[in-house]
Amino acid sequence: MSATRSSASAKYRELGLTDHEYELIVDHLGREPNDVELAMLSLMWSEHCAYKHSKRLLRRLPTEGPHVLMGPGENAGAVDVGDGLAIAFKVESHNHPSAVEPFQGAATGVGGILRDVFAIGARPIAVLDSLRFGEPEASERSRYLLSQAVAGIGHYGNSIGVPTVGGEIYFEQSYEQNCLVNAMCLGLAPRARLIRAAAAGPGNVVVLLGALTGRDGIGGASVLASAELGEGDEAKRPSVQIGDPFSEKKLLECCLELLDRGLLTSLQDLGAAGLTSAVSEMASKGEVGIDIDLCRIPLREPGMEPFEIMVSESQERMLCVVAPECVGALLDVCERWEVLATPIGSVTTGDRLRVLQRGAAVADLPVKILVDDCPLYDLEPEPPEQPLYRPPTAVLNGTESAERVLLTLLRSANIASRRPVFEQYDPVVQSRTVRRPDEADAAVLALPGGAAIAVSIDGNGRRVACDPRRGAAEAVYECAANLACVGAEPLGLTNCLNFGNPEKPHVAWQLTEAVTGLAEACEQLGVPVVGGNVSLYNEAPTGPIFPTPVVGIVGRLPDAARAGRLAFGQEGDAIALVGPFDPSSAGSELAKLQGRAAAGKLPPIDPDAVAQAHRDVRDGVRSGALRSAHDIAEGGIAVALAECCIAGSIGATVTLPDGIDPFAEALGQGFIVSGPAEALAEMTVIGRVGGSALTIEDQLALAVSELRDARELGLSKLV
Amino acid sequence: MKFGVIRFPGSCDEVDALQAAARVGEAVLLWHADRDLQDVDAVIVPGGFSYGDYLRAGAIARFAPVMDEVAEFAREGGLVLGICNGFQVLCEAHLLPGALLPNDSLKFVFRQVVLEVVNADTAFTGACQEGERLSIPVKHTTGRFYAPDDELDRLEASGQVVLRYAPGHNPNGSRRDIAGVRNKRGNVFGLMPHPEHAVDLLTGSTDGLKIFESMRAYVGDPVLG
Amino acid sequence: MRARVLVRPKQGILDPQGQAVQRALPALGFTGVDNVHIGRMIELDVEDPSQLPEMCERLLANPLIEDYEIVESIAEPAHS
Repeated sequence: MSATRSSASAKYRELGLTDHEYELIVDHLGREPNDVELAMLSLMWSEHCAYKHSKRLLRRLPTEGPHVLMGPGENAGAVDVGDGLAIAFKVESHNHPSAVEPFQGAATGVGGILRDVFAIGARPIAVLDSLRFGEPEASERSRYLLSQAVAGIGHYGNSIGVPTVGGEIYFEQSYEQNCLVNAMCLGLAPRARLIRAAAAGPGNVVVLLGALTGRDGIGGASVLASAELGEGDEAKRPSVQIGDPFSEKKLLECCLELLDRGLLTSLQDLGAAGLTSAVSEMASKGEVGIDIDLCRIPLREPGMEPFEIMVSESQERMLCVVAPECVGALLDVCERWEVLATPIGSVTTGDRLRVLQRGAAVADLPVKILVDDCPLYDLEPEPPEQPLYRPPTAVLNGTESAERVLLTLLRSANIASRRPVFEQYDPVVQSRTVRRPDEADAAVLALPGGAAIAVSIDGNGRRVACDPRRGAAEAVYECAANLACVGAEPLGLTNCLNFGNPEKPHVAWQLTEAVTGLAEACEQLGVPVVGGNVSLYNEAPTGPIFPTPVVGIVGRLPDAARAGRLAFGQEGDAIALVGPFDPSSAGSELAKLQGRAAAGKLPPIDPDAVAQAHRDVRDGVRSGALRSAHDIAEGGIAVALAECCIAGSIGATVTLPDGIDPFAEALGQGFIVSGPAEALAEMTVIGRVGGSALTIEDQLALAVSELRDARELGLSKLV
Repeated sequence: MKFGVIRFPGSCDEVDALQAAARVGEAVLLWHADRDLQDVDAVIVPGGFSYGDYLRAGAIARFAPVMDEVAEFAREGGLVLGICNGFQVLCEAHLLPGALLPNDSLKFVFRQVVLEVVNADTAFTGACQEGERLSIPVKHTTGRFYAPDDELDRLEASGQVVLRYAPGHNPNGSRRDIAGVRNKRGNVFGLMPHPEHAVDLLTGSTDGLKIFESMRAYVGDPVLG
Repeated sequence: MRARVLVRPKQGILDPQGQAVQRALPALGFTGVDNVHIGRMIELDVEDPSQLPEMCERLLANPLIEDYEIVESIAEPAHS
């Protein structure tokens, strides 16, 4: 290697580029990159931005559907929900920042996903969050992460006026060192207001909106800093991004007004890799070049270097492209909303991204090298040769009565009431919420005109650890089942893939199997994937997290007033079991409480029968025949029945069909429904609503009040 | 009947208040920087996080240009309703007695609570009966009503306590379970619960409508007030 | 000149933040701690320090529930 290259090698390796990748860069450029270019490339070629290890695999996911308006590749996906309206949605992870500072990590995770949604022109109307931590009773750190993440999500969502309408929380030893914080957002827009990120029109002006640019998030690139700042001054380069929901609220209203007035050619949010990523993506999608003038960028700190400005992850900023004749009107709107707006560059002919300072180019790269030329890697999957996860500590020994088992399950951290958490969120702002948390299996939001949309977010890492293909498929089925319970038909899916280090063959295997399972289930149910996110390298020295694909599905129901509920309602109603429900103990909550490792294949899924069951429940809810519908999930049929009784403050007496273990699980494949006996006549009726106790013949009998007490106790002291 | 709903930077529930008021009369938005109250019969200072709750909730909003007009409007007997953050703004502006402190739990709380109507003889509760129970949600971090003891005694004696949280329903530690108070004259009223989120069976209870209906009835027939 | 205003809850007002911290300190091994209160600190450069009391009365503090203390001419901080 030449002398120049060996001194550069320390830098590029510290920035995360491999020798091979650096060689490719030099080949493409025909020269070595300077420091600013190196900083930009190291981020754009990072796993987080380039999806090096997952992009090829993700091509297996089906992305087409009759309702899809925007698929993967834009800031968010969007589906048509009728009446000229579109729903935009996406889920994203903020795992690593949340482990460092859970309040701000979770808050800025919400802020980021909100921006992705209004970047395509949709007003954010709901947030859901999917959280995973270590065991709360054993780990003070996990309790701390939980309470702070919840506080952060509440702080950001409540302050900005977007309701948090649903979510899920799981506790597993496997997440102790690597918590998961995935935030999903839905937005509403008239179809005509949806906008893409592609920059267009050479001569058009590039405008930066929102907060000042500081040194937030620069962290890893700091190896490039010139000596004066590098000396022990970590305080000046905060690795924690601080979110300001008030600033984002103004930015959001401003952007939506700019769109309503037709002033924008394109819009892009600034997230990971800040300006570099935003400008590169806009130029690439538009097949144009862009010039940026650093001197015009409003800075929060004096003396920022070019590379710092280009990679800063300061929050609450957006980039837009505007025709020159619209700039005046744009500045007026921004002034009214107290949003800083600064022209910082222009769209050019050609295909280069140029970063200028006082007239000289401090970076000059073909757009292609930033966005398209990053190598993609094939995974080398191998099934694990030995167990990857320690068995959990046993809480039950198998001799307990069925009553004791049910109460223990209801009290367990993965099943207990989430009220102490969701009471910290505002679920009603914007006046659309028809079903609040705990009222039904999916959140329901009214649309103008009488219809409604439904949304749920689901996943179960333990079950995917047992059997990645079927476990991932189950996540899709369970999420769709939750929608069926409120009467909604799924329209599109977003997913967040949270996995360990994909360069390890057993994780590569988990990832490959899981994506295959997701793809199969999506194809079978006819639900396209419209976008998503991948978070890799969630590993501790002890090993990877449970493979955790998280799925969010948006659906539509024609009549908001007929949205389903999960509570048993009426004394005398019949109760029926719907679906090809053939559960087993593998991967179940009971198996966990009994100290059994996450192992064993999950029951096979009969896709046609499951799809039929979803349709039957959906139609029954829509017609009003069913008074309640609840899918059978963790804890099996006994927990599902208990939840229906607790919600309705009424008991039930049932006899389980032969061979069904009350605590065995098969997610997304079975439902407990109730309604007038005549309405359920064609179904497998298993009992009746009534009294004040839940009785499963020959198994258990418990007062509903006792069930409720156990369920309420679970998280109450932990949040 | 024309309602005006103020929008500050950071207001969240102003559109909800606008929609709720529109069920009962005409409703318009009043921009914080404008001094024009557009001839409304009643002003609503809505919920949300005006100015990010910076410094203290409502502390900055109370100095917005529109609030000068609202103070004048109140001096002349106009009806002013402050909801949640709006209640905080009115206390900071000294249009209502007392102050709102952080919830004793130190956490944000959303809960559907039951309120008791203590004084049904006001412009804002005329459509209710004394002792009537209303189911209305609260959602706030800084909702604990406070005034010194002697002030509280005065408020209770003069009928200025209008709504209380029903036993067991106090979500924030408010003194004497106070949920809503009016000024001495009776034309300014503030409450922490959100009546605008209780106007439609589809999304909750409809008990909150009574507050807006009371205001319309009062404006239509001031003799009853 | 640079001034600092300290704002704290009035005596007698329930201060749950102060109580939470007071409870947390012994759990970390610190004994003999009492009377913890949490307030706010505002620092500002002022040309006319005689305006500070009115600033406090009108905006920086809420005199119904808070006491304030003005400290003038604090040393310039080491880094700006």
